[in-house]
Amino acid sequence: MTRQLTHLRALEAESVHVIREVGAEFERPVLLFSGGKDSIVMLRLAEKAFAPARIPFPVMHVDTGHNFPEVIEFRDRRVAELGVQLVVASVQASIDAGRVAEERGPRASRNRLQTTTLLDAIAEHGFDAVFGGARRDEEKSRAKERFYSLRDEFGQWEPKSQRPELWNLFNGRHVKGEHMRVFPLSNWTELDVWQYIGDEGIEVPFIYFAHRREVFRRDGMVMATGPYLPLIDGEEPFEAEVRYRTVGDMTCTAAIESPAATVDEIILELAASRITERGATRADDRFSEAAMEDRKREGYF
Amino acid sequence: MAHTGVGSMELLRFATAGSVDDGKSTLIGRLLYDSKQIFEDQLEAVERTSRARGDEQTNLALLTDGLRAEREQGITIDVAYRYFATPKREFIIADTPGHVQYTRNMVTGASTADLALILVDARKGIVEQSRRHAFITSLLRIPHLVLCVNKMDLVGYDRDAFAAIKDEFREFATRLEVTDLTFIPISALHGDNVVDRSANMAWYEGASLLHHLEEVHIASDRNLIDVRFPVQYVIRPRNDSHHDFRGYAGSVAGGVLKPGDVVVVLPSGFTTTIAGIDAFEGPLEEAFPPMAVTVRLADDLDVGRGDMICRPHNRPTVSQDLDAMVCWLTAQATLAPGAKLAIKHTTRSARVLVRDLQYRLDVNTLHRDEAATALELNEIGRVTLRATQPLFFDEYRRNRATGSFILVDEATNATVAAGMILGEPQ
Repeated sequence: MTRQLTHLRALEAESVHVIREVGAEFERPVLLFSGGKDSIVMLRLAEKAFAPARIPFPVMHVDTGHNFPEVIEFRDRRVAELGVQLVVASVQASIDAGRVAEERGPRASRNRLQTTTLLDAIAEHGFDAVFGGARRDEEKSRAKERFYSLRDEFGQWEPKSQRPELWNLFNGRHVKGEHMRVFPLSNWTELDVWQYIGDEGIEVPFIYFAHRREVFRRDGMVMATGPYLPLIDGEEPFEAEVRYRTVGDMTCTAAIESPAATVDEIILELAASRITERGATRADDRFSEAAMEDRKREGYF
Repeated sequence: MAHTGVGSMELLRFATAGSVDDGKSTLIGRLLYDSKQIFEDQLEAVERTSRARGDEQTNLALLTDGLRAEREQGITIDVAYRYFATPKREFIIADTPGHVQYTRNMVTGASTADLALILVDARKGIVEQSRRHAFITSLLRIPHLVLCVNKMDLVGYDRDAFAAIKDEFREFATRLEVTDLTFIPISALHGDNVVDRSANMAWYEGASLLHHLEEVHIASDRNLIDVRFPVQYVIRPRNDSHHDFRGYAGSVAGGVLKPGDVVVVLPSGFTTTIAGIDAFEGPLEEAFPPMAVTVRLADDLDVGRGDMICRPHNRPTVSQDLDAMVCWLTAQATLAPGAKLAIKHTTRSARVLVRDLQYRLDVNTLHRDEAATALELNEIGRVTLRATQPLFFDEYRRNRATGSFILVDEATNATVAAGMILGEPQ
């Protein structure tokens, strides 16, 4: 017997180790849950880490108010099944309280506003560790992210002074007011996530699978029509068979035209794909070459 | 499709090292490209940036330079992680930059690596940095070392040029503890011996680099003999269905655990048996590194985080005193006798006093400077430490998980040293 784990089981073990370490060393961890596939996998890993006990920390959804309704329904059901506490941090509430101002114009998005809502919620609840589902394969500035990423009182990320991370020994020390972002899926790729979902038989919202929907084209991307996204001159809605590769705010998450209707078909499609998931579907990363890095420095997910 | 990466594969982690301009970025770019891990939008972005900067060719290094400061200054600041897969294995590359803070970065990238890949330029041969990289590979006990002699096209694919570099490096490596050493002549630019065997070097009888990465035997690199289970987290559900459940969660650091095994819990020294090993899916027949599991014990003992489960006749060293090689990772302070620092070793945290700096090691010449009084950033030395409480450790060479530690500055909370345990002081 070789006693060798498959890549998925090795990645799973690494993630569970990180989650347990945070559970042991931090006082008030929280798991960010968007209803997207990465946070769904995160939730499963947290479930595994502490079974048969319940997950010993709440989950938090930063809600832009521009959600896919089917994702919110999914979120509420999953949280109820696991018996975990759900914290909803609302961007609308931040706007109403005058903490942030709504962007204007047809391309307005609440994506960037989420950072303030997130940081306010972290401070309000006193969270000292915040689990995110980010992966290093997503984007260039993420490739240098640590499992444990220290944020100062302003939630800022300082890439030049990251702590070196050695073996599986994580340094969670921080002072009051600072918090740690923790990324247990750091070493997973998009393909790993789908393979794991397939292997484990994990349910994901149906918008990840091919369905017919009214869409329009903007900047080469296919976006769903809806109340939050006014059409600009020349944009024509049409119906198409689409699916989502990422699930975020409706105003900045694009669909792809795809017939993939099962996890296996998605895996095959991904394996043949020549465009990264963020490049294909995230309008928010297109502002500039350093768009993600800038948002991360400000305290984004 | 040749490289879909779909299916069940093993995971291989490797660290790349090389000096400036030895073609490391080109090699990584080629591995990623040939395994379809570089996507059209990434390539387009790089081509756009290359044009804007006035580069003559598409600069593949831009694919790996992630941060704005790096792009602006044309340098690499930090360890970057890259991913690719073939039908046989999934690979995690820890790409360590060659110039700034070199030792710190390579130690970080090497700490979890199964294999180190060192590049040398066929025209220049072994340089000081090659020796340093090899030494760190040996110090961190990376089980497999591959020396890629790159730019073979620029020496006319000459067999003798390759042989000379190989001989020189082999001679140097005898002074190190390198167990598995492989030499591959390549041209990253033209792809010779990277994915497929090169027709330009018919004299080379070994495998291509990718083939070697796919086939190198890593299953026996772990310690499957000495049972070591550091308790990470105590699981007590306190609900109706699991009223009396008490499980010890953790990652297996060595050996193979089975239900029914007689074990001893440190530091208490109580002996009991393993009642069961649980995964989320159900009970397991055995657990081995690096599995993350939950162990139940037959007796109700007082066991907590930082305790160690092992076998009665195969225990780690239990001591407050230890000798170790340490690599100092910060420019903000130096390591000198008398310093007090926090230590994290397995799941155990304590404080240590640096009692002695025995010598500083010159990583280029391996000379031991016994007159040294402190270690500065990127320096490596042998120290004697005394901990505030007993630690349960093995020699690093015997077990990387129970032989490694980090030191943390309690004033700044920075991680300031990586340590590899040699044993109890003589």
